[in-house]
Amino acid sequence: MTAQPDTPVPVGRSWTTGRLAEVDHVGERLVRIRLEVDERTDHVPGQHYVVRLRAEDGYTAQRSYSIASDPVEPLVELLVERLPGGEVSGFLHDDARAGDEVELRGPIGRWFVWTGGQRALCVVGGTGVVPAVSMLRYARRLGRADRLTVVAVGRTWDELPYADELAASGALVALTREDRGGRYGAPPSPREVAPLADGVQRAYVCGSAGFASFATRLLGEVGVRSDVVRVEQFGATG
Amino acid sequence: MPITRGFTGRPRDERPDRLPPGQYDAGDQWPVLTAEPDGDVDLTRWRMSVDGAVTTPSSWTWDELHALPGSSYDGDIHCVTTWSKFGMHFEGVSVDLLLDAAGPTSEATHVMAHSTTGYTTNLPLDDVRGGKAWVVWEVDGAPLPVPHGGPVRLLVPHLYFWKSAKWVTRLELMTRDRPGFWEQNGYHDRGDPWLEQRYQGDP
Ligand SMILES: Cc1cc2nc3c(=O)[nH]c(=O)nc-3n(C[C@H](O)[C@H](O)[C@H](O)COP(=O)(O)OP(=O)(O)OC[C@H]3O[C@@H](n4cnc5c(N)ncnc54)[C@H](O)[C@@H]3O)c2cc1C
Repeated sequence: MTAQPDTPVPVGRSWTTGRLAEVDHVGERLVRIRLEVDERTDHVPGQHYVVRLRAEDGYTAQRSYSIASDPVEPLVELLVERLPGGEVSGFLHDDARAGDEVELRGPIGRWFVWTGGQRALCVVGGTGVVPAVSMLRYARRLGRADRLTVVAVGRTWDELPYADELAASGALVALTREDRGGRYGAPPSPREVAPLADGVQRAYVCGSAGFASFATRLLGEVGVRSDVVRVEQFGATG
Repeated sequence: MPITRGFTGRPRDERPDRLPPGQYDAGDQWPVLTAEPDGDVDLTRWRMSVDGAVTTPSSWTWDELHALPGSSYDGDIHCVTTWSKFGMHFEGVSVDLLLDAAGPTSEATHVMAHSTTGYTTNLPLDDVRGGKAWVVWEVDGAPLPVPHGGPVRLLVPHLYFWKSAKWVTRLELMTRDRPGFWEQNGYHDRGDPWLEQRYQGDP
């Protein structure tokens, strides 16, 4: 790997305020939040925000959430999966509503970013699809969709965030627990992914720790060199 | 700073004193977080070296490192992704021993830890000496697993765990600070969990 970020990308250094403009429950455990961000710094696809919630007594909790939107969209879009007992995801899913305010810091991250130059393959799972959605929206707007291939892995169509949008953008949607469109429920196989890995200069893996180790192994099996693989892991448990 | 309507958070009295702000107790879990695929290490050729601003650049083979007087750490670790793990036991050698052999020059102020994968992380010299840092190969009585940095990782448990470089192979003494891998990518140069020094610009 190279320790040099390939492009200088912006990183928001100070805290600002985000106002929840839209809160939509898009699945049983999924909430899509669109925010108006004060003094917003444009992001690069792949970056995330830190969301900090502050209670009346000053107690705070902060967590990272990837950005799903294209940088030119007027609102910043996040997609949060409710985890059982989750302090921040539980609040955002169950209690948050339009008009609420949160503290925000970002965009953050200079490593897991795609600026459109390199031919890239994303292998993403569950809420790990979020940064790939931002990359896809950006690629389509710039007419660079041919440079970005996404393999999105979920248990079922309904549990996979952005399943419709991903499929419509040409992603390979691989469901592990549901037969759909002639594909049997199973993780993506090397045979399915190998043709997509041809000529890839950069690969992005995003998801839980367990998913990330599956996906990096899969990329190795289809011949993607490990030094071009960038991994972002979510969540505490595999 | 805005208050988020309706947010109360977890009950405060459930938080043990040993848990830094913004962290939770991961219990039995030891999450793996790595920015890239695991490193591969050939132990017959592996070396641990200390160089840069030192009087005697030094290196140790696997066997030589194990022959040094051992040292262990019993306590907690804290990851910037908000989990902490209590009561860990690590075995290895104290970084003090390696620094004593190499002899940092009087101009040395910082250290860059390098891994076999090319990963780097920078630390103030004072954070790795005086009994605060180890090079370790055993955890809870077993060899350190590869995903957790095995065969050998740096251990600087009073800082966020990205400073505890996995697959460490080299400590480079520096006369001024230079950002390592995550630090170039927006993370804090020091990373004290008690001050929540997560990103550049935090206190
Ligand atoms: C760079 C990055 C990007 C991310 N992007 C996204 C994204 O786009 N979408 C998304 O949904 N997530 C994303 N995450 C994960 C997100 O940051 C949070 O980790 C996730 O939402 C869980 O936070 P929480 O506060 O809801 O859960 P936490 O309260 O942190 O809990 C996590 C889990 O641990 C358990 N737990 C924690 N504390 C306790 C306790 N005291 N007692 C018992 N159990 C406990 C909970 O049951 C829960 O299952 C991202 C993470 C990173 C690092």
